[in-house]
Amino acid sequence: MSDTVAALLNVIGTPLAVLIAAALLTWAERRLLGLWQDRYGPNRVGPFGVLQPVADVIKLMMKEDWVPPMSDRPVFVIAPALVMATGLVAFAVIPAAPGIGVTDLNIGLLFFLAMAALTVYGVVLGGWASNNEYSLLGGLRAAAQMISYEVFMGLALMGVVILAGSFDLRTIVQTQRGLWYVVPQLPGFLLFLIAGVAELHRLPFDLPEAENELVAGYHTEYSGMKFGMYFVGEYVGMILTAALITTLFLGGWLGPLLPPLVWFLLKTAAVLVFFVLLRAALPRPRYDQLMALGWKILLPLALLNLVVTGGVVLALQ
Amino acid sequence: MIMWSSLRTLWLVFLHGFRKRDTVQYPDEQPYLPPRYRGRIILSRDPDGGERCVACYLCAAACPVDCIALQKTEDEDGRWYPEIFRINFSRCIFCGICEEACPTYAIQLTPDFEMSELDRQNLVYEKEDLLISGTGKYPDYSFWRVAGKAIAGKDKGEARNEAEPVDTRSLLP
Repeated sequence: MSDTVAALLNVIGTPLAVLIAAALLTWAERRLLGLWQDRYGPNRVGPFGVLQPVADVIKLMMKEDWVPPMSDRPVFVIAPALVMATGLVAFAVIPAAPGIGVTDLNIGLLFFLAMAALTVYGVVLGGWASNNEYSLLGGLRAAAQMISYEVFMGLALMGVVILAGSFDLRTIVQTQRGLWYVVPQLPGFLLFLIAGVAELHRLPFDLPEAENELVAGYHTEYSGMKFGMYFVGEYVGMILTAALITTLFLGGWLGPLLPPLVWFLLKTAAVLVFFVLLRAALPRPRYDQLMALGWKILLPLALLNLVVTGGVVLALQ
Repeated sequence: MIMWSSLRTLWLVFLHGFRKRDTVQYPDEQPYLPPRYRGRIILSRDPDGGERCVACYLCAAACPVDCIALQKTEDEDGRWYPEIFRINFSRCIFCGICEEACPTYAIQLTPDFEMSELDRQNLVYEKEDLLISGTGKYPDYSFWRVAGKAIAGKDKGEARNEAEPVDTRSLLP
């Protein structure tokens, strides 16, 4: 009985917590950007402006939810939901702490990669269904960018899998008891960081949106809560990637003194702050630079990392 | 090379987190306005409390956006004054040319810009909205005491530093 209750709590609590965290993240990001740009950011609504996301949601809800008449209506409506849903579903495999987490899948990592790959559909379909040149260009860019970066994102993670000998995220965390994988797998960590940001199409890799080139890219035609869902989807993706980096490279919930969940949240928050710093500091590369970086530098590096890791593990056996 | 500059940028932007913020949080934190700031226009009074404005129309003529309207009249003492004086602040550009044109220091700009209204019509200020009880920037100046125009209680030649009137028809010195 109590098992069922715990499972239910996990199933309901995880998406709820993630959505609340995503809302808070929009606020935290704006405050941090403000901090790094020598200004304040939203600090009026509630203490330190924490209630700003509430005000934003109310505003989005009250906006006209317009579907352009030339658009492909069903696809147009489904696309934003797809982005958000895949992000939330992928959270099922994230182990926040012992006993907290929706499911222990023995192929958890592969499940995450599959869900990350599905996110691209939301973006591409949204760009296609809008029937707008800018949206289409944004969608196409998203497709090319995400597929390119997914290749070595998976490869970068294989180093960790080799060391842990498992695709199960809980096992991966447990095997980091002695040493976090960020040390032996530093190249893998850096590659996954870059690939993760590119996969989220966040700044500096926000070419699918690229405001100054493509208006707003794939979500040019979106308004109201549909736009809000793209937005929430992006932030859910951010939290997901940060949580995965924590799990795979930073020892998950492991840490002294503090309870495991607190350690997990702290590490994830630190990675998220770094994501925001990336956005605050770096300019967007040109499209061909992005592709060249992915295929000519990062993919060979990922392969090299995989070969060396595999070789060392074999030699030590 | 690109890697290095990116890392350097990251570090420098991170350091900005410890800088003082440039934002002035306006309603809570009032900015300093110098005394000669060109804000809301007022009409000032003489040290003895009379209106300084002599309704000469120079401000209205000088105004580049035609936002000043007035009508001259005269009281029983012979003093000129505006019967109406109206400034449309929805047109005013706060250039201060009216203040420069004013021969009696009557019209002055003040360091106050908080004049927002929800109704545009409320930006039209009438004379009673413009007139203040003080002397503004020139506390000792009184136009009628230095002017050559005769009014009740002050004849020709009785103003400060004014010579006695000369009979121009006489040739005698």
